[in-house]
Amino acid sequence: MTKLVISAIGPASSVQDGGRHGAQRYGLTPSGAMDRLALAAANVLVGNSPLAAVIEIGPFGAAFTARDGAVRVALAGASRNADISGGTVAFNTSMTIPDGETLTLGFARRGSFSYLAIEGGIAGEPMFGSLAVNARAGLGSPYPRPLQAGDELQTPAASGGPERRLELPAPTDAPIRVLLGPQDDEFDDAAKQAFLDSEWRISATSDRMGYRLEGPAIKHLHGHNIVSDGTVDGSIQVPGNGAPIVLMPDRGTSGGYPKIATVISADLGRFAQTAAGTPFRFKAVSMAEAQAEFRKSAELLRTLPDRLRPIENFDLNIEALQDANVAGAAVSAVDAGTWSP
Amino acid sequence: MSATLPPPRLLPSGDSAITVEFSRNIDDAANQRVLALDRVIARQPIAGVTETVPTYRSLLVHYDPLRIGFDALSEQLVALAKLPVPPVTTARRWRIPVVYGGEHGIDLEDVARTLNITPDKIVARHVAGDYRVAMIGFTPGWSYLSGLDSQLHMPRRQNPRLLTPAGTISIGGVQTGVQCLAGPSGWHLLGRTPVRTYQLHREPTFLLEPGDAVTFSAVDAKTFADQNRAAEAGEIVAEMIAA
Repeated sequence: MTKLVISAIGPASSVQDGGRHGAQRYGLTPSGAMDRLALAAANVLVGNSPLAAVIEIGPFGAAFTARDGAVRVALAGASRNADISGGTVAFNTSMTIPDGETLTLGFARRGSFSYLAIEGGIAGEPMFGSLAVNARAGLGSPYPRPLQAGDELQTPAASGGPERRLELPAPTDAPIRVLLGPQDDEFDDAAKQAFLDSEWRISATSDRMGYRLEGPAIKHLHGHNIVSDGTVDGSIQVPGNGAPIVLMPDRGTSGGYPKIATVISADLGRFAQTAAGTPFRFKAVSMAEAQAEFRKSAELLRTLPDRLRPIENFDLNIEALQDANVAGAAVSAVDAGTWSP
Repeated sequence: MSATLPPPRLLPSGDSAITVEFSRNIDDAANQRVLALDRVIARQPIAGVTETVPTYRSLLVHYDPLRIGFDALSEQLVALAKLPVPPVTTARRWRIPVVYGGEHGIDLEDVARTLNITPDKIVARHVAGDYRVAMIGFTPGWSYLSGLDSQLHMPRRQNPRLLTPAGTISIGGVQTGVQCLAGPSGWHLLGRTPVRTYQLHREPTFLLEPGDAVTFSAVDAKTFADQNRAAEAGEIVAEMIAA
């Protein structure tokens, strides 16, 4: 059978999909892709269902080799230098890795997580309807842990279908929108203003469980201990030291710190792609606006296949050139020594 | 009775979940209302509600905003929360074996000193308790139990431990807990159980349900070791003493 061999990969890289839902009442968190739009984009490019399992690649480099046949894949999410045996390839396109050749990826340039979808999906045993890795709970398939060099994913042979590109809306640097609550009454107006008016940066100690924020300390009105209650992706909890933590898909299902606000669903992926150290701001919106944005995102996800375009050589070259020009310091993905943070 | 129930607070947890909060504190009456609302929704599903998560004092209701809006769902939840809380009809009661103290419960001596009770009496009081699963959360199978003897109440540790063993039985504040996976904890470790409240490839994967009744029985280290092997092989080990 054809397979994709992980020749090299950095930390924080794992198989992810739309997540496993329905068992949060037992303490099992959904996990799933940090950036759902990028997950869906990569899948749609190779004809998979939008929330099928893909390889989520953390900020560091990676290399993938096709064995016993060609493998058709697509890249989306955080852009990077990418080439197949030296020939530059572009993000938001499908591509075929010939048998024995290697797709090599550099560091993430804009964003943190890239998504590599494999035509036909990843073969594995779903647990609670999902292949997504949740290392703490020992879940995920084919490997219940982050990917390591030497891992192999079974794949169908490439269909030989025409390669395509996906036209996505232009990225934005607009503030990350939040709904206040559920425990915004644990903070006075000054604390809420400080939260909404300040510039924030994501700490380098962040991971798939939570993003720690660097900025002013947010003071509680009645102390930082509340009786644990349920969390969601995007819950912004404020522990005793006043430094907010935004909960991400591998979060605990309950938490005992007051939650000042919640990132709206439509902005979760964009927030997840905010690289450590990049300044950003929050903006409070109404429930009506948040749910209108939810509907817009769902509509975009649903209509992604309408945005597929045939690849003309001209398109590919322009994108490839742009990629190459922004490259700056290129780092070899197979040089494991450069991966230590 | 039902006329006197204060309405819950409905708090938005983002654009696709509502926290139905019955109390700000740990409160058995509030927890029973949480579990009652959870059961009502399980019996009469609300279109658009995708998942419910009971906690001590609130029910987190996940929903799909494409199918139901915040206002419409809030209205339905308020109406359901007004229903009288049915008398507690615990479907199931479990007896969970625990080996207390020593290497299995490294905080037992400290807890005894702090509370000025002998370690044996701590164990006796813990075993005598009649507990209820108030919520399951944090990590898979981590079961928070209400009903801890008030003499065993003590604040959590100043410095939480980064790693505590799988199967830890501990106390913290007014609660006791059954922890399944190894992980961080700020509670006081009294012992260990061989019972896995979460085990892949076992039927059922999750042993306890919110609302289940639980009692503990003290076992010796050899029994723990034997049962631990059996549990590892997929046996439930916990005893269901009423269903």
